[in-house]
Amino acid sequence: MLLKNTDRGLYCEAGDFYVDPWKPVDVAVVTHGHSDHARPGSRLYVGEASGKTILRERLGFDARIEMLAYGEAFSRNGVKVSLHPAGHILGSAQVRIEHQGEVWVVSGDYKLENDGTCRPFELIRCHTFVTESTFGLPIYRWRPQAEIFREINEWWRTNQGLERTSVLFCYSLGKAQRLLAGLDPSLGPIFVHGAIERFLPAYRDAGVKLPRVAKAEAEVVKQSTPRGFVLAPTAADGSPWLRKFGDISTAFASGWMQIRGPRRRRSLDRGFALSDHADWPGLLETIEATGAENIWVTHGYTGQLVRWLREKGRNAEVVETHFEGEKEEKEEAPTRAQEAEGEA
Amino acid sequence: MKRFTELFCELDQTTRTNEKVTALERYFAQAPPADAAWGLHFLCGRTLPRVVSSKNLWSWMAEESQLPEWLIAECYDAVGDAAETIALLLPRTGSGTTLGLAQFVTEALLPLAQFPERAKHDRLIQTWRALDSNQRLVYNKLITGNFRVGVARTLVVRALAAVAKIEPSIMAHRVLGRWQPTPEDFQRLLSPDHPDHQLAKPYPFFLASPLEIKIQRGESLEALGTVGDWQVEWKWDGIRAQLIRRGNETLVWSRGDEMVTDSFPEIVAAGDALLNGTVLDGEILAWQGEDPLPFGTLQRRLGRKAVGAKTQRDFPISFVAYDLLELNAEDLRGRPLSERRTRLEEVIAQADRRLSGSRVGTESENESLLPGFESLIDAETVAPRILRLSPLVHAASWVELEQLRKEARSRKVEGVMLKKLNSAYGVGRQRGDWWKWKIDPFVIDAVLVAAQRGHGRRASLYTDYTFAVWDQGQLVPVAKAYSGLTDEEILQVDAFVRYHTTGKFGPVRSVKPQQVFELAFEGIQESTRHKSGVAVRFPRMNRWRHDKKPEEADTLETLRRLAK
Repeated sequence: MLLKNTDRGLYCEAGDFYVDPWKPVDVAVVTHGHSDHARPGSRLYVGEASGKTILRERLGFDARIEMLAYGEAFSRNGVKVSLHPAGHILGSAQVRIEHQGEVWVVSGDYKLENDGTCRPFELIRCHTFVTESTFGLPIYRWRPQAEIFREINEWWRTNQGLERTSVLFCYSLGKAQRLLAGLDPSLGPIFVHGAIERFLPAYRDAGVKLPRVAKAEAEVVKQSTPRGFVLAPTAADGSPWLRKFGDISTAFASGWMQIRGPRRRRSLDRGFALSDHADWPGLLETIEATGAENIWVTHGYTGQLVRWLREKGRNAEVVETHFEGEKEEKEEAPTRAQEAEGEA
Repeated sequence: MKRFTELFCELDQTTRTNEKVTALERYFAQAPPADAAWGLHFLCGRTLPRVVSSKNLWSWMAEESQLPEWLIAECYDAVGDAAETIALLLPRTGSGTTLGLAQFVTEALLPLAQFPERAKHDRLIQTWRALDSNQRLVYNKLITGNFRVGVARTLVVRALAAVAKIEPSIMAHRVLGRWQPTPEDFQRLLSPDHPDHQLAKPYPFFLASPLEIKIQRGESLEALGTVGDWQVEWKWDGIRAQLIRRGNETLVWSRGDEMVTDSFPEIVAAGDALLNGTVLDGEILAWQGEDPLPFGTLQRRLGRKAVGAKTQRDFPISFVAYDLLELNAEDLRGRPLSERRTRLEEVIAQADRRLSGSRVGTESENESLLPGFESLIDAETVAPRILRLSPLVHAASWVELEQLRKEARSRKVEGVMLKKLNSAYGVGRQRGDWWKWKIDPFVIDAVLVAAQRGHGRRASLYTDYTFAVWDQGQLVPVAKAYSGLTDEEILQVDAFVRYHTTGKFGPVRSVKPQQVFELAFEGIQESTRHKSGVAVRFPRMNRWRHDKKPEEADTLETLRRLAK
């Protein structure tokens, strides 16, 4: 077994390193900069080079971080480790681990559709594939993003006709920048919450083309003509900050919006099912194409995906991780600490 | 079908009441009357006869989607809505139908009922394949007979009234009347010369304000002046209603512009004894002998679709009148309460004489048939008294009133009402002249032992909880509660449930008995239907007792004592 699950996270004994550990360790290979995967406190980090600004933001400026480019490898005790595009957010990587001819791949979070703000997912063949399963139920089947963006831009235009500012809630890192890239800036001014603005330089430095935006300040947003578009973290919903914008229409961009219940519960006008995770067909297709003999399933609908795979005659098992626990509302419900950190 | 699906999406995509009404108005005004009639049919909550059994629906969907049943069940658990789950799981196909709603319902949907099973299966799959994803959702909602879009009937009525340019209360009456989903009937509903004039119109209800809040703020009862300036009554635990007798027709309206005439034929019969041009304000209660029955009894009766003789016998009711709003077609609301009360007493006495006259008539008939056997006449063959007067409560001082309030529970009422003797009958909740003073709810500390996911708006979150108290070292479930927590707390409890599940029983998860909640409830009764031997009424979560350990929760003994 090249990897084993420990109370600190997935551990490679032969190479003596962890992947996305949730407790401080000596060597941590991180798949991407979301706070449940990149946690501060470890002595040495290995991350993908295009996401370096994000990792710095997340892990602190005194953290030791070794940057690897996609495809580049390093070796430890005869274990070869390389990072490969996961298509989740800027700098997100799958971790390929090779030892004595055996290959394991840890997917981290991934999606198959090319969103234009990060290197698209690349398939790596392996013997054991450790996959996420956030949206591991067949009700989750994404429509092409072009359709969703058309609807978002249309919603913006409709709101302008009604003299309303459009407020779209989203995850601050990754989703927000993807949305910015897909909005039609010719429609009007675009504003962002501070938690989102914080991560824009990382994308711009990496050469991702994003429209011009301004920080969402009440006076400017309220008076913008034509009515503007505000991107904000979900934590801002119902906040005093938002109430100063005057007449608004609210929406949420997230894979969870595939279902009406979560949207209606939040009293949002619209929900746009746009996700940075693989949908059900995406998960199955990827698992199949890796050619893996063993499949480890982590965070999400683990039990359901494992049962499905086993019924198809595959070797699959649940690997309990701390990004786990059926955290269905992950994208929507930030922890207190995250809110305090202003990143929601 | 296209236009109706668009309406469904419009209603689903806004949280604003006004926008919903506008969308409805547009639909009613623009859709061809034949389609609009069916649209109204569904929006009013009327359903279609079941054309496909639920079992077949799920198994044909499983076949079409090629998914195992366990996985479909998992999906349903996550979505919380059958029609939506099916729409999400069907393979993507179809560019949509261009049939109008009326044609779709009468040609594609209703005839299914007559099809043999195989043909039904083929037709259903064919329709699924043809429809686009939104139409599929609407179609599934129609065939599962569960078409709810989050618009109250009052909004539908308001939109229809705006299109017809008549008052909403009149439209509410029309909509509740007899009509079929045909273009003719739909146009008649909208017509200005519909033969109902103003006769159906109830008055807006005058509502009392809670006195508890005033008292909690430290204000004393003395601030209300002398007790002699107030009319005191019991606060009844029933349904607030107006009984209208005009144009030789009796109507019963509950609060919230809902006509409930058809649910209470006894009240209609009793109301026929009133003179035309009379409107009473009062309360509908389940009632037996001289006492009100618990609200639950009334609720069970309201659950019955058809109100036949058996329902009337099993769930007897009464209309307890406490105000007179109209007499001889004259609006009395501006007159002082004291005067309205005197005249109300006369009206009830008069009606009573007419009604008991007819009762005595029946009795004497019986007597003549069975001379000497009067004692054998079953008391129940004598029509029970339906129309009652809410008695006045006499308190010489505020102290005495506080004492009387404490007796409320044993008198099977909710508390006391204070109404200023010289007050007019106002509109809505105007503070000052009418106060309600409820008894404090029962409160216990109980342990969270199981949870279930909610539906609709709360789908996918664990929001429905079971609570237990101690009995001989065991936790015994005593109440289910859904309300009282903030959204933030719900997310926290949801996370707790997910991380502390100890077992799964279908959709129910048992959890580690660790969290204590203070539950409030209005009443408690001994019950043979509940394992614990007690049933509580309207339990809700008062607060989350983070400060209490499960062993500090209350015992069943405490609850039994409260029930006494």
